[in-house]
Amino acid sequence: MGDLKLMKGNEALSEAMIRAGCDAYFGYPITPQSEVLEYLAREASQRTGMVVLQAESEVAAINMIYGAAGAGRRVMTTSSSPGISLMQEGLSYIASAELPCLLANVVRGGPGLGTIQPSQADYFQSVKGGGHGDYKLIVLAPSSVQEMVDFVKLGFELGEKYRNPVMILTDGAIGQMMEKVVLFEQMPRKTEFPDWATTGKKPGKDRNYITSLHIQSEKMEEINLRLQAKYKEIEKNEIRYQAVNLDDAEYVFTGFGLVARICIKAMEMARAKGYKVGVIRPITVFPFPTQVYADIAPQLKGILDVEMNAGQMVEDVRLSVNGATKVEFYGRMGGMIPSPEEILENFERIYIKGETK
Amino acid sequence: MSERTYVDIEAELTDQPINFDEDICLAENVVYVKPQTLIDIPMHYCPGCGHSTAHKILMEVVDEMGIQEEIIGVAPVGCSVFAYHYMNVDMQEAAHGRACAVATGIKRIMPEKYVFTYQGDGDLAAIGTAETVHAANRGENILVVFINNGIYGMTSGQMAPTTLPGMVTTTSPYGRDVKTQGHPLYISNLLANLPGVAYVSRHSVHTPNNVRKAKKSLAKALEYQKQGLGFCLVEIVTNCPSNWKMTPKQSNQFVEEKMIPFYPLGDIKVPEGK
Ligand SMILES: Cc1ncc(C[n+]2csc(CCOP(=O)(O)OP(=O)(O)O)c2C)c(N)n1
Ligand code: SF4
Ligand SMILES: [Mg+2]
Repeated sequence: MGDLKLMKGNEALSEAMIRAGCDAYFGYPITPQSEVLEYLAREASQRTGMVVLQAESEVAAINMIYGAAGAGRRVMTTSSSPGISLMQEGLSYIASAELPCLLANVVRGGPGLGTIQPSQADYFQSVKGGGHGDYKLIVLAPSSVQEMVDFVKLGFELGEKYRNPVMILTDGAIGQMMEKVVLFEQMPRKTEFPDWATTGKKPGKDRNYITSLHIQSEKMEEINLRLQAKYKEIEKNEIRYQAVNLDDAEYVFTGFGLVARICIKAMEMARAKGYKVGVIRPITVFPFPTQVYADIAPQLKGILDVEMNAGQMVEDVRLSVNGATKVEFYGRMGGMIPSPEEILENFERIYIKGETK
Repeated sequence: MSERTYVDIEAELTDQPINFDEDICLAENVVYVKPQTLIDIPMHYCPGCGHSTAHKILMEVVDEMGIQEEIIGVAPVGCSVFAYHYMNVDMQEAAHGRACAVATGIKRIMPEKYVFTYQGDGDLAAIGTAETVHAANRGENILVVFINNGIYGMTSGQMAPTTLPGMVTTTSPYGRDVKTQGHPLYISNLLANLPGVAYVSRHSVHTPNNVRKAKKSLAKALEYQKQGLGFCLVEIVTNCPSNWKMTPKQSNQFVEEKMIPFYPLGDIKVPEGK
C-alpha cells in the first residue's frame, strides 16, 4: 500500500514519474502544466538521480527524449497543446524508430495560442497520429488525479511492451485540481537496458543503430506493415473503458477524461427523472473501445457524445456503431466546461423533445 | 625517380631482400590500414567528396583511442544521413537539425560515454541553429563534427547558411546576394563566444597535410570530452563536387582558393591552459 496524499494533478503526475523510476525528463514551461518541470526540478534528482533538464523548446525536448529513449531509458516529457504541436515531428520519428517513451498533453483551448483554460480539442491530433506518416500513439485519458498517477506507471509499461510512444491525454482542469491520491511505492531505476539500445557497441556483437530512414520503398512498406500489425495487436490487447449502467440503458452518454465524470453526474440526474441512461468512458482513446459501442447500439434509442471541443471523438463513436443507433453531439469549446445540468438539458432537447437546435 | 621499383628501394635500404608476402604484413612494417571501425562497404558519397575522408579520420581516432564500445554517434539529415552504415559504433539518426538535442539526451543519461554528432551546414546552422546554440551554451560535453561545404548537398545544391557571397546555387542562381539572402553564417566563431564551449577548431581535408591536422583536432576534442571540458566543435571546410558542378580536383581548388580565405583554418577557441 502506498502513501495517501492530497495533490494537484500535475504534481501527482510528477511524483508518479519519480516513483516509476523514470530516468530522464526533458521539458519546456507552458501553462497549465509548468508545475511538472518545477516539481521535478525540486524533487527528482535529489531523490533518484533522475535527469531533469529544461530544454530550449519543445522541439529540442522531444529530440532529447528520442536520444535518451534510444539509449533504452525510461523517459518522459509533458507539455500543453501548442508545445505538443511542436513535438509532432519528433513523435513521428520516435514512432517510426519504435522507441518507448511517455508524454502528457495537459490540453488547453485552441486553436493558436488559444487560452490556458482546459479543453479536449487535441483529440484528433492525439489519436490519429498527429505528425506525418501512418503511426499511432497509445493514448490514455485519465479522468481523475488518481489516474494521473496510475497512468504514468501503466504508460511506461505499455510503451516498453510495444516499443511505442504513449500519451496521457489530459486537460488543464485535471492538471490543476486537487484530489486524494494513493501513490505507489518508489520503484528502482533500471540498471539493464534492452539489447537494441544505443549504449555503446557490445563486444562481439553488431553495433546498434536507431533510424526511421528506409530509402527503398519495399523496405519502408515492410516497416509500415510491421507498425500496422503492432497497432492491431495493441487494439486486440489494450482496450480499456469504463461502462456504467449499461444493462437497462436506452441512452448512453459518452465522453473521455474530465467530461466522463460530468457525464456520470448527468446520468444520475437523468435516472432520477426516469430516463434509462448509461455511460461509456473510453480510458484508452487509442486503441478505441469500438466493440462496447457496437454491442450496446442495438438496444439504444441514442447516444449523446459530450466533449470539450467541436466534436472529435464523436466520429469514432459513429464509426463504432456504424449506423446502428443515433449519435448526437454536445460540446463546449475554448476552455468552457459543460455542467451536468447542461448535458441533461441538451439530452432532453435532442432525445426527449426531438429538437435539433 | 619514377623508374625505381620496390626492389631498388629495398636494395638501397637493406642488404636483405624483402619477402613481400610475409614481411609487409608484419605489424612493425605496417604504415597504413583502414580503420577497423569503418565498415568495409562502398560508400554512397560522390567521388572526391570530403564526407568520406571526414568519416575515415573520425573512425581512425576512435580506433586509436580504443573507444569503439564507449562512443555513441548521432547522424544528421544531409548527405551523411547514412553515417551509421559506415561507422561501426552505436548510432542514432536524428531529425533534420536536431542532432545536438538528441546528443544531449544521450549524453545526459550516460555522461561516462563519448557522444558525437556529425552534421552538415544546413543541419547545424540553419534548421538546427537553436539546438546547436543551446547545446553549446549549456556546455554539453559532446563533440560536434561540422561539415561545411557551403551547400545543401543532399537536396541537390540549394543555398546553405554558409554559401559564399556571390556563389551560385540552385536557389541563388544569380549568385548569393547578401542584401536579400543574408550573409554567410560564421557559426563556429559565434559559438566560440559562449562560455560553455571549450574548443572550436576549423580544418579541411583537401590535402594530406590538412587531413592529418583535422584528425589531430578530432582526437583533441574527444580527449577534452574525456576530461569533461564541455562542448567541442571541429569544423571541416570541404567540398561538394557534384553540386558545385566541379571535378573533385576543381572542387579542392575552390576549397583552397575561395572557401578557406573566407573560413580561415586553425583554432578558434582552445581550452584554458591547452
Ligand atoms: C524538416 C526537414 N526539412 C527539410 C528536409 C530536406 N533536407 C534534407 S537534407 C537537407 C539539407 C542538407 O544540407 P547540409 O546539412 O548542408 O548537408 P550536406 O548534404 O550538404 O552534407 C534538407 C533541406 C528534411 N529532411 N527535413
Ligand atoms: S552531393 Fe555533395 S556533399 Fe553529397 S555526397 Fe555528393 S559531393 Fe558529397
Ligand atoms: Mg552542406
